[in-house]
Amino acid sequence: MNENTEIDKNKDKPATTHKIGIYLWIWGLLFVLSFFSYMVDWYQFQGILRWSLILFFMFLKAGLIMAFFMHLFWERYTLVNVLLWPMTAIACFVGLMVAEAKYTFFSRLIYFVLGG
Amino acid sequence: MSDSSLENLPKGWKSVPSDLGSDQTAFKGVQWGKAMMWIFLLSDTFIFSCFLISYMKGRASTVVDWPNTSHVFSLDFMGVPVPLLLIAIMTFVLITSSGTMALAVKYGYEKNRKMCGHLILATAIGGLIFVGMQAFEWSKLIHEGVRPWSNPFGAGQFGSYFFMITGFHGTHVSIGVIFLFIFARKVYRGDFDKGRRGFFTTMKSDYVSIEILGLYWHFVDLVWVFIFAFFYLW
Repeated sequence: MNENTEIDKNKDKPATTHKIGIYLWIWGLLFVLSFFSYMVDWYQFQGILRWSLILFFMFLKAGLIMAFFMHLFWERYTLVNVLLWPMTAIACFVGLMVAEAKYTFFSRLIYFVLGG
Repeated sequence: MSDSSLENLPKGWKSVPSDLGSDQTAFKGVQWGKAMMWIFLLSDTFIFSCFLISYMKGRASTVVDWPNTSHVFSLDFMGVPVPLLLIAIMTFVLITSSGTMALAVKYGYEKNRKMCGHLILATAIGGLIFVGMQAFEWSKLIHEGVRPWSNPFGAGQFGSYFFMITGFHGTHVSIGVIFLFIFARKVYRGDFDKGRRGFFTTMKSDYVSIEILGLYWHFVDLVWVFIFAFFYLW
């Protein structure tokens, strides 16, 4: 109860907010990073270079959006942990499906292309 | 947002066991609606992940060549085909609307009603432009003969993944746009300053709702980052 009444008291004053500069910086960075990831296609990079650049810019952009636009950088660790640990399950799922896709691909090669 | 009542609690990694082991609330300083939105977004992350993983599996296991997205999504500009032009513009529009939303949340907490309203309206218009361009892209591809079961460019699975993933994302954007317009009206009317009670609830309106709406909108942008990388660029 104590905690709630204290929060209620604070309701009338404006909450402390972050400086506008940080949002504009992140905004600008997102533009630049998006431009770079578009350039990956523009210059037709291929192979490992293409994939690593795409992933690098993607994770950087996702991280900036989550950390600053979605305020996770300023949240308490409990919320951050509850949100980020489940991502390991997705990573496991990706790993499983990569193996499954390879199996399907080779069986298709054997039965469709080579004809059994 | 930082609350003065949180200052006495442990910080950093020590806060995790103490917050989780405490009474009543695990997410200290997080309004319940905001926690619920985060949990919803977590479940939505899993849905989008399933779509993108099934796309990965489909694409990696087909023996037919995957369509070259650079060509499929190119657009003629002054007679010259520019690869992924529309997608690049859509990306920039969505990032712009994410930026205006972030500023709307800031001005909302500062109780700057007019700026908050204008920025939410700008965000909604950005979302509307995005959905419009997506509708254009869909109709262009449908005219070119892309169907969920076949297409003239390569592997037949391409169409089903394209319509499913971008369609589900577009639905999210559309729902977001509707809510942005509703909230722009509420902000302009001063609901959050006066603590007016909502239509579906007896609880008083509060500017934290703008942050919750913002979380949803940034998530839509976040998902697009992944779709852009995996579907269009890969």
